[in-house]
Amino acid sequence: MKNKSLIGGVVGLGLALAFALPATAADNKSGYDYATKDTQALQDDEMQNPGMLWVETGEENWSKVEGEAGKSCATCHNDAEKTMKGVSTSYPKYKDKLGKLQSVVQRINQCRTENMKAKAWKWESGEMLAASTYVAFQSRGLPVTVAVDGPAKPFFDKGKKFFNQRRGQLDMSCKNCHEDNAGVMIRANKLSEGQINGFPVYRLKWGKVGSAHRRFRGCNKNVRATPFGYGADEYVNLELYVAWRGRGLAGETPAVRN
Amino acid sequence: MASARLKVPKKAKKGDIITVKSLIKHKMETGQRKGKDGKKIPRKIIKNVTATYNGATVFSADWWPSISANPFLSFKLKATESGTVEVKWTDDNDKVVSKSAKIAVS
Repeated sequence: MKNKSLIGGVVGLGLALAFALPATAADNKSGYDYATKDTQALQDDEMQNPGMLWVETGEENWSKVEGEAGKSCATCHNDAEKTMKGVSTSYPKYKDKLGKLQSVVQRINQCRTENMKAKAWKWESGEMLAASTYVAFQSRGLPVTVAVDGPAKPFFDKGKKFFNQRRGQLDMSCKNCHEDNAGVMIRANKLSEGQINGFPVYRLKWGKVGSAHRRFRGCNKNVRATPFGYGADEYVNLELYVAWRGRGLAGETPAVRN
Repeated sequence: MASARLKVPKKAKKGDIITVKSLIKHKMETGQRKGKDGKKIPRKIIKNVTATYNGATVFSADWWPSISANPFLSFKLKATESGTVEVKWTDDNDKVVSKSAKIAVS
């Protein structure tokens, strides 16, 4: 295979799965399917995908000791490629201790504050984006499989209600764009189904990687509704509902989108 | 500056044309954007990228504000001898980031 001779020189990121993901037979469609060929090509090339810069930073920080306990992520979690597989695609999760859902970002901060005795990272900070992108990268190619029954159900229902609730000066809900009009142009952009299987995502508009909560805030602002804060319960519940809408889709982190 | 990635084939036969791929994290601030205070955000970009192959310069480019953020660069090179390919990025403040990779040529 001609390509075999070009693979090499990428230290420490042993990619067990093909970087460019095969097409899915699922009913729901990833944002990838709504992107232009050029954008898809950026996502599919391991060297051209700008999100990989955040994956690499996350990998470097994984073994960095921080906090009074003298630990790094690696101290407890060893090789992320093994221990973090399938983690991001199963979050957000209901946690007994909290009595509510927990997102990956909150879990990372729980590890940092309780186990490492280090400072929590801000939701959209460079360090947290790198860490959550690196963790989610380990689930690339694996199907989204979130639990929405049992103790998670009331929060799932809240997320579903939020998704269908009209809000803002424009009085629109997530559903109005992402279900009623997926595939339709909104000015110069094609509306997707609003899936989050590729988050944290490298968004060309942002010129950097960003979280799902950043996107939720942006969407809320677009309909002239007051956005919730990063890490708000409303957004974590919404994450679960939106992840469930994308069940079966492959994790694509770091995805490249408009 | 920022983190950078470089990919060069690990092995090649003498005379092969190989592809070198590189990526660097950088905002590439053009100097045209205005901040929330209405004032222009000062220009801060990578102004030059140069690659050497065992010390000899094989590629050099001056970059300008039109180059996008987190720029990707790819170029072709003839594999002639084993050694090191090094890429150096220099920004407006003359700060340099470099990344190197080895290639074995048989």
